[in-house]
Amino acid sequence: MTRDEIYDRLNEVFRDVFDDESITVNDRTTSADIDGWDSLEHINLIAAVEQEFGIHFAMGQIVTMKNVGEMANIIAEKLAARS
Amino acid sequence: MNNYPFDPDDMLKRSRRIRRELLADGTPRIHKKIAVLGGSTTHDIIRMMEIFLLRQGIEPEFYESEYAQYYEDAMFGNETLDSFAPDVIYIHTTYRNLKELPEMSMSREDVEALLGRTADRFAGMWEKLTERFRCPIIQNNFEYPAWRLEGNRDASDYRGRVRFVSRLNERFAAYADTHENFYLHDINYLAASYGLDAWLDDAFWSLYKYALAMKAIPLLAFSVSNIIKSIYGKNKKALVLDLDNTLWGGVIGDDGVDGIELGEETALGETYREFQSYLKEQKSIGVLLTVDSKNEETNALAGLRHPESVLRPEDFVDIRANWEPKSANFAAIAGDLNIGADSMVFVDDNPAEREIIRQQVPGAAVPEITENGAVDGPRPENYIRVLDHAGYFEVTTFSAEDAKKSEMYRANAERKRAQTSFADYGEYLKSLEMRAEIRPFEPVHYARITQLTNKSNQFNLTTKRFTEPEIARAAEDPETVTLYGRLEDRFGDNGIVSLIVGSEAMTVTDDEETLRKNGGRPAETGDRALLIDLWLMSCRVLKRDMEYAMMDALVAECSRRHIRQIFGYYYPTAKNAMVKDFYGRMGFTKLGEDGKGASQWKFTIPAVYTNQNRYIRVNR
Repeated sequence: MTRDEIYDRLNEVFRDVFDDESITVNDRTTSADIDGWDSLEHINLIAAVEQEFGIHFAMGQIVTMKNVGEMANIIAEKLAARS
Repeated sequence: MNNYPFDPDDMLKRSRRIRRELLADGTPRIHKKIAVLGGSTTHDIIRMMEIFLLRQGIEPEFYESEYAQYYEDAMFGNETLDSFAPDVIYIHTTYRNLKELPEMSMSREDVEALLGRTADRFAGMWEKLTERFRCPIIQNNFEYPAWRLEGNRDASDYRGRVRFVSRLNERFAAYADTHENFYLHDINYLAASYGLDAWLDDAFWSLYKYALAMKAIPLLAFSVSNIIKSIYGKNKKALVLDLDNTLWGGVIGDDGVDGIELGEETALGETYREFQSYLKEQKSIGVLLTVDSKNEETNALAGLRHPESVLRPEDFVDIRANWEPKSANFAAIAGDLNIGADSMVFVDDNPAEREIIRQQVPGAAVPEITENGAVDGPRPENYIRVLDHAGYFEVTTFSAEDAKKSEMYRANAERKRAQTSFADYGEYLKSLEMRAEIRPFEPVHYARITQLTNKSNQFNLTTKRFTEPEIARAAEDPETVTLYGRLEDRFGDNGIVSLIVGSEAMTVTDDEETLRKNGGRPAETGDRALLIDLWLMSCRVLKRDMEYAMMDALVAECSRRHIRQIFGYYYPTAKNAMVKDFYGRMGFTKLGEDGKGASQWKFTIPAVYTNQNRYIRVNR
């Protein structure tokens, strides 16, 4: 999966979770940029991302991700490791 | 809306949108204030409870205790909670909240004292809350621990934590049994049903202090909301049951009462019997049983009098077995029983029938007892689980009257049986997006066509049986018209569902003029006619306009062959009463009928024929 494809799917997940069709995320997007992305919604977001890509984040990864770019890196790594 | 099973991942992901849409849908709802006192994180539990309650006709407003402050809130109260004045209190505690647990070094007395202390700590909370708020209290019991120090002996050793949990749960149950307005929420059962290892997700505990896996939260929230809706009288009241492939295996109209699968002799038959036993038990908690079936009533009753049938005709308060659309019968049953459609649960193995109820009867509960598009037939082994876990009849109070409810309603229904008109069946048909393929018989389909001529009994005008070589011969004969119809809709392919076979014939005339000219003998007119040897259709697709699509195709084929007259024949059997007047409905004129009820019909193709099918797109 290309990085663009990963971002297409991430955008869908973000739009679903935060019920906002206008959201477009990029490498530098952080929780401060999105209305409603607090620590509690982060759990929900992580679960939805895991489901979308069929992957599981390690506990350490969940708490250390600083922005969406890091999230996309981890997703790309996991998908690459699987194929 | 009230459908079950639900998709937990989807609900978690899209809850904001689902909530927004529910709040905007105009459904009248009662408003209730719910205090959730948690021993662990409750954010997503509340988020999910809100959605389920909205679907169940309750608009909730929540108070959420500060993280793990359940005990402090209950014992000492706080201003926010006091001014909130809850209508219901839900205490979400779990095994994680048992701070003190038995140790191997403890004596029997130590463990006994610990059990008493723990139970009393909770009971003290409940007393305080009752005193302060006088409202219903819902309390979790405890799930089993994630690991067992002693292995199996954990369940029997007085120090075993499995045994400790069991004993504590029994104490909670005894309290619930003797106190009004106190309801035990059985997470021990939920976790077991879900799978304890999957339920307990240590990562979620460590990261967010959730006492259960994220994916299990919708199930927990659903279960709590079932208790709440039951307390506020939002339980369902009646089951509306299909018969064929729902209460027994097979189609009684085609297979006969001896041909249906029911009873201990086959695995499938036993499964249906168990499902019937499950339904019969529902009666004892006051659930009304009704039938909504496309069948001759005599066949329906014969099935329910099958020697292996656990359910008997008298177990039902209303039986609607006829050829009306199921939604019309559903509405009629609601009228007979004088209950709302939103109090009724429709149980049918056929996804298309379920869809019509969903569309035509707002508020009706329609569980997915079979998967959409299942190709290998119904799976009756799933019926009980789906119905049971859906919580339609969650019991929060039980009276002697509940047990007698069926008799009461049965009497009422007999009196009130009334016709209920049906508004917009056409919209339903449109929504099915039906496509048909109607073509002359082709070799690839001979086997299925042969089978159909030998299996169909109800919608079958002549009940003429064919062998495969006979089908092939008919298909290859240029003077025989053959048509098969295959119907697809948005739920999937119904396969080949209708057949017509007709033979071309010369028409003769015996009017005086001809006889005189022809030396007293009748003469050929030069006009050709078609004599219909076979016309059948599977009852599964009744009232879908398929019969009209076949008629249109037949007329088109006859016109192509310059045939202007079509003759139809009805030969009565024990099973085909439903098509007695079929040709009349198709626009044929009756020529005559003999003493046994056999009739002959004639259709003259007009110069301009207008297609009668309105809802199926046909490919020839």
